Amino acid sequence: MSEAVSALNGKSSSGFATVSEAGLQGMITLRGDLKSAKLKKAVKAATGVDVPAQRRIAIKGDKGAGWMSPDELLILVPYADARATVEALTKALDGEHHLVADVSDARAMFRVKGAKADQVLMKLCPVDIATLADGELRRTRAAQVAAALWKSETDEFTLVSFRSVAGYVFGALELSARPGSEIC
Amino acid sequence: MSTRLARGGRLIDRTKPLNFTFNGRRMQGYRGDTLASALLGADQMLLGRSFKYHRPRGLVASGAEEPNALVGLGEGSRFEPNQRVTTTELFEGASAASQNHWPSLEFDVGAINNTFGRFLPGGFYYKTFMFPRFAWKHLFEPVIRRSAGLGKVPQDRDADRYEYAYGFADLVIVGGGIAGLAAALQAGKEGKRVLLIEQTAQWGGRAPVDGVEIDGKPADEWVKKTVEALGKMANVTLRLRTMASGLYDHGYLLAYERIADHTPGDGRPRHRLWRIRAGHVVTATGAIERPLSFAGNDIPGVMLAGAVRDYVVNWAVSPGDRTVVVTNNDDAYRTALALADAGLIVVAVIDARTSVKGALPDAVRAKGIRVLEGRGIAKVKGSKRVTGVSVCTQAGEGGEIEAITCDAVAMSGGWSPVVHLWSHCGGKLIWDDARAMFRPDAAKPPTGDQGEAMVTAVGSANGALTADEVLADVASQIGGKAAKTNTVAEAPLEPVWIMPQGAGPQLKMKMWLDYQNDVKVSDVQLAAREGYHSVEHTKRYTTLGMATDQGKLSNINGLAVLSDALSQAIPQTGTTTFRPPYTPISMGAIAGEARGDIFQPLRKTPMDEWHGANGAYFEPVGLWRRTYCYQRPGESVHDAVNREIVNARSKVGMLDASTLGKLIVKGSDAGRFLDMLYTGVMSTLPVGKCRYGLMCNENGFLSDDGVVVRLSEDTWLCHTTSGGADRIHGWMEDWLQCEWWDWKVYTANVTEEYAQIAVAGPNARKVLEKLGGMDVSAEGLPAMEWREGLLGGLRARIYRISFSGELSYEIAVPASEGLALWKALIAAGEEFGVMPYGTEAMHIMRAEKGFIMIGDETDGTVIPQDLNLNWAISKKKADYLGKRAQERSHMASPDRWKLVGLETLDGSVLPDGVYAVADGVNANGQRNVQGRVTSTYYSPTLKKGIAMGLVKHGPDRMGEVIDFPADGGKVIKARIVDQVFYDKEGAKQNV
Repeated sequence: MSEAVSALNGKSSSGFATVSEAGLQGMITLRGDLKSAKLKKAVKAATGVDVPAQRRIAIKGDKGAGWMSPDELLILVPYADARATVEALTKALDGEHHLVADVSDARAMFRVKGAKADQVLMKLCPVDIATLADGELRRTRAAQVAAALWKSETDEFTLVSFRSVAGYVFGALELSARPGSEIC
Repeated sequence: MSTRLARGGRLIDRTKPLNFTFNGRRMQGYRGDTLASALLGADQMLLGRSFKYHRPRGLVASGAEEPNALVGLGEGSRFEPNQRVTTTELFEGASAASQNHWPSLEFDVGAINNTFGRFLPGGFYYKTFMFPRFAWKHLFEPVIRRSAGLGKVPQDRDADRYEYAYGFADLVIVGGGIAGLAAALQAGKEGKRVLLIEQTAQWGGRAPVDGVEIDGKPADEWVKKTVEALGKMANVTLRLRTMASGLYDHGYLLAYERIADHTPGDGRPRHRLWRIRAGHVVTATGAIERPLSFAGNDIPGVMLAGAVRDYVVNWAVSPGDRTVVVTNNDDAYRTALALADAGLIVVAVIDARTSVKGALPDAVRAKGIRVLEGRGIAKVKGSKRVTGVSVCTQAGEGGEIEAITCDAVAMSGGWSPVVHLWSHCGGKLIWDDARAMFRPDAAKPPTGDQGEAMVTAVGSANGALTADEVLADVASQIGGKAAKTNTVAEAPLEPVWIMPQGAGPQLKMKMWLDYQNDVKVSDVQLAAREGYHSVEHTKRYTTLGMATDQGKLSNINGLAVLSDALSQAIPQTGTTTFRPPYTPISMGAIAGEARGDIFQPLRKTPMDEWHGANGAYFEPVGLWRRTYCYQRPGESVHDAVNREIVNARSKVGMLDASTLGKLIVKGSDAGRFLDMLYTGVMSTLPVGKCRYGLMCNENGFLSDDGVVVRLSEDTWLCHTTSGGADRIHGWMEDWLQCEWWDWKVYTANVTEEYAQIAVAGPNARKVLEKLGGMDVSAEGLPAMEWREGLLGGLRARIYRISFSGELSYEIAVPASEGLALWKALIAAGEEFGVMPYGTEAMHIMRAEKGFIMIGDETDGTVIPQDLNLNWAISKKKADYLGKRAQERSHMASPDRWKLVGLETLDGSVLPDGVYAVADGVNANGQRNVQGRVTSTYYSPTLKKGIAMGLVKHGPDRMGEVIDFPADGGKVIKARIVDQVFYDKEGAKQNV
């Protein structure tokens, strides 16, 4: 465990917004019937939040759940808890059709922070960032690759991509945040 | 002489002089100048040579419609050809160079074409270059290449950066003149999310130049007040220097923001391409003035009347001391007034209309300026500069009734609404006979996804010509109350397409329609005589409107001349198609951020950095970057590959196999699902075991292969090829979502979750045992089984599978620990002679074993039976994808080419993809063929060339020698052999 390193090992850069790779993050794909009581209970027990509604993400402390598709959730937990959470969810959903997969290492997570952080994403994602609600999860693309993003704090967005393209995503974010390219 | 006037110039700041050069000559302008106004102010009338005849050319217009004044701008890494000086803001240190001349702008050899102009009529190229054929390549092309073409290609890498931005608005208003501003103000007040864009650096459009007063005040004041009001609205965004380039389906608008063209090198991106989703688009794009077609209308000094007015009023630049205004409408009289107000001489206004009355002509007459009614220009005198005009009756044939000395001609043939955006996405036009213009047909707008109008055209873009009409149009279509203006009544124009109307051939071949492409009235008439009735065909035959200005000045005049030649009404002829972009946009803006390191996503495995630091020679595999081989200092790629193979076969090698596709399939119907997807049976695979499987598409063709692993009672892990992971995942979801939606199966693509390393070779077990923690003995982990545990302290799953033919383990760990495992294996393997190997060694080793490779042995036309893979096809199963197709007569034919091994008689390596010939020729006279090579390599293990190929009846012809013709007439003889070249009995891997 101690030898685990995230895709870019926490790389960060400062432009008119700060772009940083968020390091190791526990992420779990949960597929199943999102309306089932058993699943709702399992998600609540694992994360402390309710199953989110369509295109929503709920975060409480260092855990959360995001709606990815009509039968898929993204479960967020600390990296060290991922394996145990997979086991707990699997056990809780026993007897019900579902799939739980640890994808913590398949992904990379980024934070874009600053008063103009939205402008960085405006350049890469075909998303109306201005109307992105708090707690809204958008699956979209960042330039040429798949991404998901949400507003994680005031003036901060979190973006998730696949691990193999972490370098590409960081490069695109870093370029888009370079001073002088503010959208005024 | 054109010159800078001592006073005036609403856009320039005389306290801020700017230095620039033109063809190396130092010149000065002011902040607020365009390059055009600065050049004209410095008496540089001659700016370039025309495309075909190399005629001297100067400014005609003052905006985006300018056809002539294109220059090469900047130097070195900031050089860009074909920059329109009228839309280039002047900046300190600008360096511009004229184009399309040789040896110099003043003296051009190519101008000889002009003398022989009658030998270069419309369609000249098509007629001449059809025959004789050889002449094109050897004679015409080399000559034309040297003389034609506009700008030079930049030689250096672009120093600037570019980007995209995504925009959203309820209403996008294109054009920041009084129509656009009024529309924005109204929509802003209604609370709409408004984006107002303007292609120039100023708000207000033409109104301030035309002396418009709104609410009793000069237009400039109204513009300033309105922009201020809009700036205070949180729901309104204003963007200058942003040109709406194209409108596409569902309100998708492309806009081109020129952020730093006027401040090069200041660190900002040069251009930004906006990709905007607009709820609705308002085009307030104004109108463009039309030239008049009289002989010599391209001589420098002949300009559009509106442009002359712009240069005088906006930039205090006089195009000449003595100007003649020639017109068919009242608006051009404003130019006469502006010139007179600036203290310049207007020699005469030549009006084609026989009776001219009204407020504007009266005001001109009141200044003592002659107005010649019913007159036209027979021809312009001068060559590099206007020296005078010959006046004739418009009704006649061009006989001179008076010669006038002048140094500038301001012409106006009426105005054409800018209907480009309206038309890009299907909006239709109607011909307005009274105004002699095509304008948007409100009944046939471009429509959105609900069939609703997607665009509203307002103001001059909708055919309104006076300030009153413009503001009333905005009020009626957008809302609000129109402000009062000082508009005076104007008499109707009289359409004039040729001046004089009875001009003969000598004059018509000097009447320019398309300046940039050198198309004249005579060319269009010739095209009509030669049978070109469609305006689209005429356009291509004559090249009318095909230059970089896309015929902004020439199209209407051209199709009017064509209509006349065909004796039909203008609407019957119609217009050519309006296509994006409105004006050319930079290649950099189109590329956006995609250049250099982020030109394209590069997928990297967790061990990528290690590979790079250890001599990796990379190859692309899809978007993945994989190591082809690890080169040592001084070692060739070929030698490195051979070394890696010999080492893996004799000691132990390591391959980064992380890119292998990994798909989890889970659920109570998962076994049934996989039995449908694979040709073999996966449902019976015991937990803990692995099985090789083939996937076909519904046409029976082999699509992918890989090892399937049973993880638990209801969970399987399917390995796919590296390039097939996403495709096969999509294929699974397609069947599950669209066909078998009621089956209880979920899938997940976990390809990137795991780093996977193959450890292969006689010493493989020793390396793993040294790491310790798991039983990897022959009994503890038999072939085609897997175990989970802690290997050297890392969470690992080990598969005992072999693609090399050696004793082999594939170890999967979480990707975050991939590098740790890789390094641990390198360290543990040191004493056993471990070396990493790349994809080429992997390919060769599998070929030595006769294993197929998707993409080599398969090409979308090959079925598993062709590859003798019947052992992997279940005969018991009722169905699987591809089964029915494989039973069709042609698929089941014994004559299909089948997989065999091939060994050249001389030990050489067969060329890849080469065909084996058979006796006789086919219906096309080509040699018959009987097979082809699918994989071919030099085997360092066997020290000779080995190959696999598909050969007709191949497996029944073992030992037979067949011919492979290669390059240079050589024929390579190869013997058909078993495809397994190495360790047929599998002794090496079963230890």
